[in-house]
Amino acid sequence: MGEKTVTRMDLSEAVFREVGLSRNESAQLVESMLEHMSDALVRGEQVKISSFGTFSVREKSARVGRNPKTGQEVPIQPRRVLTFRPSHLMKDRVAAGNRKD
Amino acid sequence: MIRSELIAKIAEENPHLYQRDVERIVNTVFEEVTDAMARGDRVELRGFGAFSVKKRDARIGRNPRTGETVHVEEKFVPFFKTGKLLRDRLNGK
Repeated sequence: MGEKTVTRMDLSEAVFREVGLSRNESAQLVESMLEHMSDALVRGEQVKISSFGTFSVREKSARVGRNPKTGQEVPIQPRRVLTFRPSHLMKDRVAAGNRKD
Repeated sequence: MIRSELIAKIAEENPHLYQRDVERIVNTVFEEVTDAMARGDRVELRGFGAFSVKKRDARIGRNPRTGETVHVEEKFVPFFKTGKLLRDRLNGK
């Protein structure tokens, strides 16, 4: 199993290799993709990327939480959380790639 | 928003690029993320979130229809954790 951490830099390097734009422009394009996706999610839209997965925003209602260390009750405000549901293709590729034979 | 809408937005902002190049760019980025996880790597995109691979231990499952027990092998599943900046933005901070 790998243990490397892939970052924006690696993604823009891949774009640079694949399309042959400058490194700077490749980096800007990766950034712009993430921004458009974030903006859509902040507007409450779902972001559905076929054969990759779906990001959706869920509304959580207020509840009483508890500090697990002190046992003290703390109110948790209603909030919006993001969930990612991987596509079948991604699940299959991740399962196959990491399987120990 | 779907993949083609994302491609359209980026193409619109970059009129000097061919549509098919924008398609390749967007597809390459998603492809790289999936490839990284298939290798067991983690993908950390500060402000947006992090993709990682989680191990699910082998377990004894049950077929809910027949009640029959089945051995479920250990498996690896994709996982996403929202980044702090995006989480704050979702909540208007």
